[in-house]
Amino acid sequence: MSRRRAPHWAGGNSVPLVMQRTLLALLPVLLCMVVFLGPGILLNASALLIFCLGFEAIALQFRGRPVTPALFDGSAAITALLIALALPPLTPWWVTLTAALFAILLAKHVYGGLGQNVFNPAMVGYVTVLIAFPAEVADWPAITGAGDWSSTNATLGFFLTGALPADAVDALTGATPLDDIKTQLGQMRTMTEITARDGFGALAGRGWGWINVAALAGGLWLIRKRVITWHAPGAMLATLAGLYFMFYAIEPATNPSPVLGLLSGGTMVGAFFIVTDPVSGAASNTGRLIFGAGTGALVFGMRSWGAYPDGIAFAILFMNMLAPLIDRYTVPRVYGHRKRP
Amino acid sequence: MKVVVDTIAPPDWGLDFSGAAHGSLPLRAAGLPRRVRVPLLQHTGRNAVPLITVGDRVSTGQPIGAIPEHSLGARVHAPVSGQVTDIAPGPLSGRNRSVPCITIESDGQDERWAGYHGHERPLSLATPALRRAIIEAGIVGLGGATFPAGVKLNRGSGVGTLILNGVECEPHINCDDALLRTDPASVLAGAQIMLRILEAGECIVALKQSGAAALTAMREAIAALDDDRFRIALLPDIYPTGGEAQLIQLLTGQELPAGGLPWDSGAICQNVGTAAAVARFLATGEPLISRIVTVTGGGVTEPVNLLARIGTPVADLIDAAGGYAGEPAALIMGGPMMGVPLADDSLPLTKAMNCLYVPSADELTPAAAEQPCIRCGDCATVCPANLMPQLLLEAGRTQDFGRLRELGLPDCIECGCCDYVCPSHIPMTGQFADGKQRLYEIAFEKRRGERAARRFAARNERLDGQGDAAAGQASLHDVSNAAAARDELSALLARAGATGTPQQRSKNDPENET
Repeated sequence: MSRRRAPHWAGGNSVPLVMQRTLLALLPVLLCMVVFLGPGILLNASALLIFCLGFEAIALQFRGRPVTPALFDGSAAITALLIALALPPLTPWWVTLTAALFAILLAKHVYGGLGQNVFNPAMVGYVTVLIAFPAEVADWPAITGAGDWSSTNATLGFFLTGALPADAVDALTGATPLDDIKTQLGQMRTMTEITARDGFGALAGRGWGWINVAALAGGLWLIRKRVITWHAPGAMLATLAGLYFMFYAIEPATNPSPVLGLLSGGTMVGAFFIVTDPVSGAASNTGRLIFGAGTGALVFGMRSWGAYPDGIAFAILFMNMLAPLIDRYTVPRVYGHRKRP
Repeated sequence: MKVVVDTIAPPDWGLDFSGAAHGSLPLRAAGLPRRVRVPLLQHTGRNAVPLITVGDRVSTGQPIGAIPEHSLGARVHAPVSGQVTDIAPGPLSGRNRSVPCITIESDGQDERWAGYHGHERPLSLATPALRRAIIEAGIVGLGGATFPAGVKLNRGSGVGTLILNGVECEPHINCDDALLRTDPASVLAGAQIMLRILEAGECIVALKQSGAAALTAMREAIAALDDDRFRIALLPDIYPTGGEAQLIQLLTGQELPAGGLPWDSGAICQNVGTAAAVARFLATGEPLISRIVTVTGGGVTEPVNLLARIGTPVADLIDAAGGYAGEPAALIMGGPMMGVPLADDSLPLTKAMNCLYVPSADELTPAAAEQPCIRCGDCATVCPANLMPQLLLEAGRTQDFGRLRELGLPDCIECGCCDYVCPSHIPMTGQFADGKQRLYEIAFEKRRGERAARRFAARNERLDGQGDAAAGQASLHDVSNAAAARDELSALLARAGATGTPQQRSKNDPENET
């Protein structure tokens, strides 16, 4: 007869289930990006899956841990997918390899593997290649409608060699709306002029609005399934929206509207899939509010005054640094105590 | 009379078990056991002192164990009439220790002891007599905590509210529901006696929302009694709303202060079974020699509530529930969330055993490999004590006892909610229970060291004969002694909590009904 200690029942949740649900919630945004940005995203995602799982297996083996259950717990797959969503569809293979190496080996396993990493592995991987290969990861194809599948061969060629045939350069390279806004504002154009240009739709950058809505939908589903709580994404989006609104209200000619801001770049993926990373985020709900709000404020600051068009990855890494400090001061009051610990 | 029924809103912690409600089980009297084994420790405190020797004849209800002097404890009575055949240490149900047990062979006569007698109008008795009666009857908290009821009722002043706990929020446990359905009048009669002792002005009868029959019965009983001090509160089927500290919080908005005493919040919690036992003794003179126990789970043929004599072997209870249905996966004293596995079915029924859960193999969670904590925080979301189990786990791994205390480990009520939701299948509750015990030991060692240091300082002063210095020290001692008296009681209760039955968690004396 069983002599195990209580409790004798369990609720049936598991790490693989959490990760599977997160992966499932990422599918809509992945599909959206493939539709608008072409096959490069899929190519990168496949390569990153192979690289990340490979490094995960090597690291587990090297650390003397059993490889099989941990390899398929889904965490490495999420890291791979998040990097794939951050990288432009045109990325040479050695760039994705470097990103996977820094994410899995250095950011994750050097710190002790799943649950122990201080920094979000996907963001470490992405930021590393953003700094190491600025030229290779700067260009995004301009979205004119659905993705340009006619240049699949050119994309594959770039993935393998890092070079594009001359006739494909214009079609496959360009700037994201956020990039465009930054550049054009620098040239003293007004927001009305900028958003009237080709790459913009009614509310946001063409395609990017849908990409963000898809991420939002996946995120809301995760909240419904109680995989994540609303605190961090809610605080991040509210802060971001508030700041956009404040500047937009003062000077609409030189500041993007809150809707444009929220539906641009990696806002929604960041809010629901990266800020919510439990391992590298804050532990308590109050802490998560602070973590999210901090991220939102930093993203706004970097987009408005920084060197990079989108600031999600840097903002997250900075908040990761602060997370232990936030945790230290936000442990909730325990039942029966007057003061917080 | 219109009976007030308040519906309590669900708390933001705990587990929703409304889907796992198992409905009401019938109540039957178990037969008179042929032999009983009665442990001399079935309560918070010290072992009772045997009053009889091997070979003695005893009658039903005769005291066989006395409260040791100057100690917390409860009387123990003979559950059947017959001959004492053995007094020897034996395993205690649900506790990992051995205590003296008295074995009585029943003569089948069930002949009542003449030393106790009932009162026609118990409420006409003076308060001290009522209190003495509850202590004499060996009545302890029957929700599982087994804190001596007379001691808990000993604080008359300052308690404005009596809470009758009939919530039993753990799935499967049904003994209080059975009592409330069949004999609500006894529960209320006991409560009236308690109200009189406490000089309290109101009594909240806490019931769970899913127990419709119990609500109807209780509503009618209160109306018939026509006592407007009583009202009913309906608790959601969320575990562990029936924990003492949680129930007080939900009903009064007050929290039991950490390290404080049960009556510090202004409300006292008593289990409905405890109240009925008080009423029975005062009306009939029958002390606590039986209790209702739920025998349930897929491992028994016919799940049922049994009114059984203390000391009845578990095997007899299983037989009374139609016997085993196949091979039982475990014998659990208590419910699926906090129950303690029993070694075998020869162990006796004790005052603490509210439920015997006999699961079949497919009811229990299969053992799953522990995975690393991903800090998802699900554990903190469900924690009724508002702890952060994921941070406790980190501090526990590095044996950082200072940080564990700071994070509130002593306030863990060991309800098991964190384990239940953990996606990494980390068995936290067991570790937290062990950690609490270790923290207690550390504090105990520290106090002992401080006492030794004080003694040594006092000795040095005596030997030195330094008048002024000694006078200064003496006044300091007076202050610390006054504080020490209260600390001493807190420590005693805390120790009782830390080493008590697992149902009895933190808060020194929880009348836990979970």
